Amino acid sequence: MGDHHVSMPADILPHLTVDAVEKRFGGVVAVDNISLAIRRGEIRSIIGPNGAGKTSLLNTISGFYRPEKGSIRFEGHDITHARPSEIAERGIARTFQNIALFAGMTVLDNLMLGRHVHMRAGVLASFVYWGMAQREELAHRIRVEEILDFLELQDIRKQFTSALPYGMRKRVELGRALALEPKLMLLDEPMGGMNQGEKEDMARFVQDVNQKFGTTIVLIEHDMAVVMDISDSVTVLDRGRKIAEGTPDEVQRNPAVIEAYLGAGHQAGAAA
Amino acid sequence: MFYRESGVFKTSYAADTALMPLPNTRIGAALAGVIFLAVLPMVFGEYGMSICNLILIAIVGAIGLNILVGYTDQVSLGHGAFMSVGAYAAANLVVRMDMPFWVAIPAGGVMAAFIGTLVGIPSLRIKGLYLAITTLAAQLIIEWTINHVPAISGGAQSTILMPPPEVFGVVLKFQWQIYFFLMVFVIIAMVGAANLIRSRIGRAFIAIRDQDIAAEIIGINIARYKLYAFAISSFYAGVAGVLYTYYLGIANYEQFQLTVSIDFLAMIIIGGLGSPLGPVFGAIFVTLLPILVRRFLETFGGYFMDYSTLAATIPSLRLAIFGSLIIFFLVVEPEGLNRLWRKVRNYFRTWPFSY
Ligand SMILES: Nc1ncnc2c1ncn2[C@@H]1O[C@H](COP(=O)(O)OP(=O)(O)OP(=O)(O)O)[C@@H](O)[C@H]1O
Ligand SMILES: [Mg+2]
Repeated sequence: MGDHHVSMPADILPHLTVDAVEKRFGGVVAVDNISLAIRRGEIRSIIGPNGAGKTSLLNTISGFYRPEKGSIRFEGHDITHARPSEIAERGIARTFQNIALFAGMTVLDNLMLGRHVHMRAGVLASFVYWGMAQREELAHRIRVEEILDFLELQDIRKQFTSALPYGMRKRVELGRALALEPKLMLLDEPMGGMNQGEKEDMARFVQDVNQKFGTTIVLIEHDMAVVMDISDSVTVLDRGRKIAEGTPDEVQRNPAVIEAYLGAGHQAGAAA
Repeated sequence: MFYRESGVFKTSYAADTALMPLPNTRIGAALAGVIFLAVLPMVFGEYGMSICNLILIAIVGAIGLNILVGYTDQVSLGHGAFMSVGAYAAANLVVRMDMPFWVAIPAGGVMAAFIGTLVGIPSLRIKGLYLAITTLAAQLIIEWTINHVPAISGGAQSTILMPPPEVFGVVLKFQWQIYFFLMVFVIIAMVGAANLIRSRIGRAFIAIRDQDIAAEIIGINIARYKLYAFAISSFYAGVAGVLYTYYLGIANYEQFQLTVSIDFLAMIIIGGLGSPLGPVFGAIFVTLLPILVRRFLETFGGYFMDYSTLAATIPSLRLAIFGSLIIFFLVVEPEGLNRLWRKVRNYFRTWPFSY
């Protein structure tokens, strides 16, 4: 439940600080003056109706979108205008709402790619291979095998990811993010499109990662039961704005949140 | 090389990542070694060996272009020009400073890699057709520059005479000697490329090709790796250019014009983009086809056209055939000849049991 964090000092600096960030697309304000302070080691869920700006917020943090206003700091470094690859090097990993695996590669190669920032072999060492590159390859292969074990993916390690069922691909993507040994993981609907059993597995893996490695987790999720179950805190977005924040209990009782969700529900009902 | 099989159990990760994980592959490689190193030089005369040598040089160039186009999904119409950069760099070193081949060859490669990297810079902004056109422009600019700067081209007809390489005191004069000389570089080129592709750098290339967003998010600096691909690819081109210069005995920019760039694209497309053996099949095919067509027309063409028409037809026929083949392979069989090879191989993998 994340209650292992209670003993942490309250005055510790936030792990990730998003400060008054704005991201526009033409007339649409996808992210409207949003600020967040994510504590080190917490599981933070971000919820909100479709089009609320959740994915846009993650894209801004991971460097795909350049915000028009505001700043983003991670572990004391300003990463507002850093490239995605630099942000990965700093220890932020990410999964995508619509899965972005390397389809023509095996599960193993996808995870080996996840080790990229930890490997050193340059062009010459790779060309020669025997020696430094091979040693490195084998050392990182061992790390990858550990992750495969951890996520119960050993049996499919040699399969091409394009051949895997949807739920498995989501798990492989989590594995690739984990291979980076990130300090912060941004997960965009990791349980989206899954059946109940797969969701439970994924929720367990997310919690395990958080507890075993102390990884800070920012999670976008639509399934309220899962959100309330595993989050330490919840941020609610609606139409680009932050409308509520707090513990799962607080957020659930917040009238603005109920309104946003009921409103969306009414519209969906009316449209149907 | 890059396939695995059940029933052959690996006992270590090292065995699992070996270049040739299956016993069959190793037997095949040994067989190929015997054929190429012993049988061919015994059965062919000077003319046969000179064609084999053309193929070997083409293999080196094609492996390089395959790294850029097949594995990283960038395009280049400047491969011929990068060869000429290597060729003239080496010829100048050899003629003016009396450098041995083992300096001239890597130096030609490095020089070509430098120019190739510069030409690759637009790839950070543009792709596809636009990149094709900037590399085409580079091809023409390099051709023009070499032809018009006597300090590079040696002045008279832009030609520099290149003395044959000398290895351990032996001056290589015969085609069979050149053959073994070239074979060393072909083997280094092939093994090196296979090594690149199975390790960190090559995986990053393939990642950029398959999913550039995901590649960035796992920390691959796309700009840097695209330039690596250009550098490596044009290094290979440069080395091929030097080898060709040793083979011909002259450096001459007319040997490296746009049609050469297109021939190399034809090789890797026909051979199979992004496959380890594709460039080899493509180089053999594209080198042999015009020779066979010419043979055929010279033998039988006299029956249906006069000699002058024939002489005019052969070069354009060559381009027409390559053009159609490129279209055929791009549309019908994107995996190229390599796929044909896989079918044959798969048949023999279980041979003599066909289940
Ligand atoms: N690249 C883009 N170009 C134009 N508009 C965009 C872009 N990305 C997002 N938007 C717009 O920004 C708004 C927020 O979209 P976003 O994808 O961030 O929502 P979300 O909360 O992730 O929704 P969902 O729950 O459906 O995934 C939407 O109106 C969307 O159309
Ligand atoms: Mg979204």
